[in-house]
Amino acid sequence: MLPHTISEIISGLRDKQFSSREITQDYLTRIKRLNPELNCFITITEDLALSQAEQADARRNAGEASILNGVPLAHKDVFCTEGVTTTCGSRMLEKFVPPYESTVTRKFMEAGAVTLGKTNMDEFAMGSSNENSYFGPVRNPWDTERAPGGSSGGSAAAVAAGLCAAATGTDTGGSIRQPAAFCGLTGLKPTYGRVSRLGMVAFASSLDQGGPFARTAEDAALLMNVMAGHDPMDSTSAQNPTEDYTSALAQPLTGFTIGLPKEYFSSQLNAELEKALQEAIKVYESLGASFKEVSLPHTELSVPAYYVIAPAECSTNLSRFDGVRYGHRCENPKDLEDLYQRSRSEGFGDEVKRRILIGTYALSAGYYDAYYRQAQKIRRLIKNDFVSTLNEVDALLCPTTPDVAFKLGEKTSDPVQMYLEDIFTIPASLAGLPALGLPCGFKGGLPVGMQLIGNYFTEARLLNLGHQYQLNTDWHKRSPALGE
Amino acid sequence: MEWEAVIGLEVHVQLATKSKIFSGAATTFGAEPNTQACAVDLAMPGMLPVMNEEAVRMAVMFGLAIGAEINTRSVFDRKNYFYPDLPKGYQISQLDHPTVKQGKLDIQLENGEKKTINITRAHLEEDAGKSLHEDFHGMTGIDLNRAGTPLLEIVSEPELRSAKEAVAYLKKLHSIVTYLGISDGDMSQGSMRCDCNVSVRPKGQKEFGVRTEIKNVNSFRFVEKAIQGEIERQIDLIEGGLKVEQETRLYDADDDDTRPMRSKEFANDYRYFPDPDLLPIEIDDAYIEAIRSKLPELPEQKLARFCSEYGLSDYDAGVLVSSRAQADYFEVATRIVGDAKLTANWVMGELAKRLNQNSLDISQSPVPAEGLGKLLLRLKDNTINGKAAKDVLEAMWNGEGEADEIIEKKGLKQVSDTGAIEAIVDEVLANNAAQVEQYKAADEAKRGKLISFLVGQAIKASKGKANPQQVKAILAQKLS
Repeated sequence: MLPHTISEIISGLRDKQFSSREITQDYLTRIKRLNPELNCFITITEDLALSQAEQADARRNAGEASILNGVPLAHKDVFCTEGVTTTCGSRMLEKFVPPYESTVTRKFMEAGAVTLGKTNMDEFAMGSSNENSYFGPVRNPWDTERAPGGSSGGSAAAVAAGLCAAATGTDTGGSIRQPAAFCGLTGLKPTYGRVSRLGMVAFASSLDQGGPFARTAEDAALLMNVMAGHDPMDSTSAQNPTEDYTSALAQPLTGFTIGLPKEYFSSQLNAELEKALQEAIKVYESLGASFKEVSLPHTELSVPAYYVIAPAECSTNLSRFDGVRYGHRCENPKDLEDLYQRSRSEGFGDEVKRRILIGTYALSAGYYDAYYRQAQKIRRLIKNDFVSTLNEVDALLCPTTPDVAFKLGEKTSDPVQMYLEDIFTIPASLAGLPALGLPCGFKGGLPVGMQLIGNYFTEARLLNLGHQYQLNTDWHKRSPALGE
Repeated sequence: MEWEAVIGLEVHVQLATKSKIFSGAATTFGAEPNTQACAVDLAMPGMLPVMNEEAVRMAVMFGLAIGAEINTRSVFDRKNYFYPDLPKGYQISQLDHPTVKQGKLDIQLENGEKKTINITRAHLEEDAGKSLHEDFHGMTGIDLNRAGTPLLEIVSEPELRSAKEAVAYLKKLHSIVTYLGISDGDMSQGSMRCDCNVSVRPKGQKEFGVRTEIKNVNSFRFVEKAIQGEIERQIDLIEGGLKVEQETRLYDADDDDTRPMRSKEFANDYRYFPDPDLLPIEIDDAYIEAIRSKLPELPEQKLARFCSEYGLSDYDAGVLVSSRAQADYFEVATRIVGDAKLTANWVMGELAKRLNQNSLDISQSPVPAEGLGKLLLRLKDNTINGKAAKDVLEAMWNGEGEADEIIEKKGLKQVSDTGAIEAIVDEVLANNAAQVEQYKAADEAKRGKLISFLVGQAIKASKGKANPQQVKAILAQKLS
């Protein structure tokens, strides 16, 4: 039986219950057995993982082990990894091998962690179901007919299925929190700028943020201790110092005030999910926290604003994929125009094309004011809503998704239905706020997630809230059966 | 009908930073293709721009030099278009919030009058790479060494009225940026490139005519020719009953002609929007004042100082300060010589003549300022005379050594020994008895001519080495 959490792996390695090579091999074996069905990994880096594990064991024997030394992890295939294919879920980058390492993966390597592989994702992180991957959809381990959520679906499903104990993801409009909810995991979207974007293939630059997937808030804190921090090579990276995210975990919740934004407890929220949230509220009350209804009046404008801003940014971020220097190039282009058109038509999938078109339209002369500028104004209003509310309360508690994981294929024919999946996660993204997703119940055998949104750079407080909840509940301890 | 041209220039100045505007790659010109392009310049996935502060400092220097307001908050935008030498598919530029706002500079017109030209703005942006269409057998080669080189685009108001004014403006800009040291100003390497907006209208009419834009002209001479040609083309069109089309044209130096490049109707919609990868540049007054306090002397200030400190004429000072290199050369030399007028005459005369003949810039002069200074010092202290000085300069130019060395080697030292000169003078007087008689009988006016003749004879007799002043004095003494 493989360990459930990073913390267990850390103590097992420390106490020599197993070596890094042994546990890495165990995970690789499990990946080989389950990945063909779940499709969590695009690339399995077996040789790399085993050699990293052996080096980690050597370091440990030499007494040079840092905290994550020898811990196997998986990375979303949006992070560039030197010498390891980085596809971003796209045919465009099917054969792309970066000559450089992203800051996030570099930090994990420097911390001694082992890379098991690169996880599946919606193409260029655009999607809420992982069905937009060129490498095929990921299946939800709780019900393989269902979506794991997206865009970080591969990472979420891999952790839920025990193919790794934790993984990295990225969240632009909910791409960590929504799959965490669908797969029964703890996932953190940090404050915009807390985690470096260097080497992370860009979708929407003003929103993209890397973060951890784990079983527990405590594990997420351990990962954040490695991931977070200023990067001089990312101009939007926050300069203020990071904290030890594990140090506040044990803090009692007495005197905490948590806001309940009424717009999130609307008719869009499934009644059974609301019930699960009410139970969670009771747990927090028993821990000494008090609740207060608050209002974020511009919430309903967030989806339309997001679906202007994110596509606008993506439409130009993806211009570099032109078939000239790297990535997919069409066969025998007859001229420059043909090279551009066919390389991009062949290299990008439908959803990526749709968003490039939307974004190009929104930025066009004559439409800019009506769409892009207007969306930016809405973004400011949404941010102001949060800023004034978070002056009154320590954090907000709300649902992560309107309902539990939907069936594969259920929403693919209607993009707007799919976009509405993100209604509860997008507002915090637009405001750049940190948000923690964690499991708080089940509906029909499928995990239900809740979301805690905090003020800027209060990741430690959110993880504290999550950890205290998990000390008093066991939703996060459950695992899908997977025929075992 | 009498026509008036309306011209505005957009000048791209390559800033002399060591590294690129958003990456750490070097900016040196002339390296092997694609050896100075890093992952950021190649727009590899996940790569991010980081602002080179040096480029901002240079833009602020320029703004202060033209009396412009500096934007305390400037914003970078993405200008989107596809082209193979534009790796990201967008150029990072500044649209609504340029670093430098409205400023102005004075140019001197041919009739000597001053004219003030308003500058609309100057903004920072990155250069694109180069497409190489030759040598690739029907394909195009891309060199991204230049991609990401910092540019300052300086936009003038349409206040220039002739090709000559445009060139005067461009030369003034050139002298400002080179004085500031923010650009090497080397137009042959593309360090300064000019887009010329040209229209014509009947003299007296207020409305502008339809304008064309001539792209990427890269020398003063070509700017003058391209604009002059375009003015004439437009007048011919209108007088022939045709219309000027709003379009972009390219100047072909080989044919000395412009031809249409693309019509504005098909122009790109650049879809500008603020670049989310870069934060706005926030600068405060202290930053601006610190730069202001370190601004080097500008051409106009230097001109005034040359007049007052060295007693030079406006004209001489104006010629000397027209380039910083020439002004610096003059100052180094004159400090050695201690005679500004003499030094100015030689820098603007003998030296300039040789440089022109060899198409050299003063910075490339085979005779450095110190060398010329030491030579002129020998002229001033009467070691050699003017004729000999020219010969020495010639020898120095040809690399034969320092002035003193050459004077020594060629035996050009003036004879200043009174006894020796007296002996020569006596000989001349004996050989020219007739002239001596004439001298004695002549009036003051005629005497001058005769004494010049006798001086000439004496110098000739000395094989050019006798000090003319001394000869004259001794002659005068002996004839009185």
